[in-house]
Amino acid sequence: MNEAALPVAIVNYIALSAVILFIGAAGVMLRRNPLIMLMSIELMWNAANLLFLAFARAWLNNAGHIFAFIVITVAAAEAAIGLAIVVVVFRSAQTVDVDEVASLKG
Amino acid sequence: MTLFWILGVLLVASAVFVISQRKPVYSVVGLLFHFAVLAVFFLTLNAEFLAVIQIVIYSGATLILFVFVIALLSSGVAPFSVGPNRMPKAAIPAGLIAFVALALVVYGILRAPLVNAPRAATTSIPGAVGAPNVFGSVADFGKALFTTHLLPFEMTAFILMVAVIGVVALAGETTPFVPSLRRARIIEREMREALLRGGEE
Repeated sequence: MNEAALPVAIVNYIALSAVILFIGAAGVMLRRNPLIMLMSIELMWNAANLLFLAFARAWLNNAGHIFAFIVITVAAAEAAIGLAIVVVVFRSAQTVDVDEVASLKG
Repeated sequence: MTLFWILGVLLVASAVFVISQRKPVYSVVGLLFHFAVLAVFFLTLNAEFLAVIQIVIYSGATLILFVFVIALLSSGVAPFSVGPNRMPKAAIPAGLIAFVALALVVYGILRAPLVNAPRAATTSIPGAVGAPNVFGSVADFGKALFTTHLLPFEMTAFILMVAVIGVVALAGETTPFVPSLRRARIIEREMREALLRGGEE
């Protein structure tokens, strides 16, 4: 087996990443629990990461690894701030249903 | 080839498990499995350092944060462990449209004239996972991180610092920026009464 080639063709990685991205988007749109919505956002981050690493491996270029590293950092920061917002909203509104937190609705 | 399909099926199944569970704790367990499979996937792509930090950062830090928040909110007044499970009214048509869009995207991707990258674009040589000084090894990654891409690395430190300050400002003991709903109603009523009094005088 050729060392430089990917295990499978790059289109398979793109298709798998698109499927996971759509599952995450469906989770954000369909679920009304803020924690599961945040987890769906994590799924979407990781779909992007998978694609970065697949292309980095295909082109044998390290920049994709660096970008995936930054994505992981930003995802961790986003999860921490998102969970803090969930806690604050729960503390003030006593609910976790995102449809009931509608005080900004005109 | 076989490994790709086994891992891919596991990834998609655990992702569906995450968004379909009623209790968030089960979703966390599904996400943990998803991240573990993804770490194996990263190893097949010669990204050994990122496979390790995938486990350490996501499974060790982020998911523990989720579990802590679920435990913290469950001890309050509402049975948070169950949480809202209502689906929006447009769930079924929206799901169908999203599925058709996904099918079109995947079909387009599979038909797209993509080529695998030429060998000439390499920055480092490929090799077995774990071997020193090949593409994706820790030394290779570290050299790129601390020489070519030093500025993005410094910016991640800044992002993390801003996140820490933001979390403390949001969810700390005293929250000056977020008055409670009850206090906001009291303030609103007092303002209205003050206005009425002003009208009488």
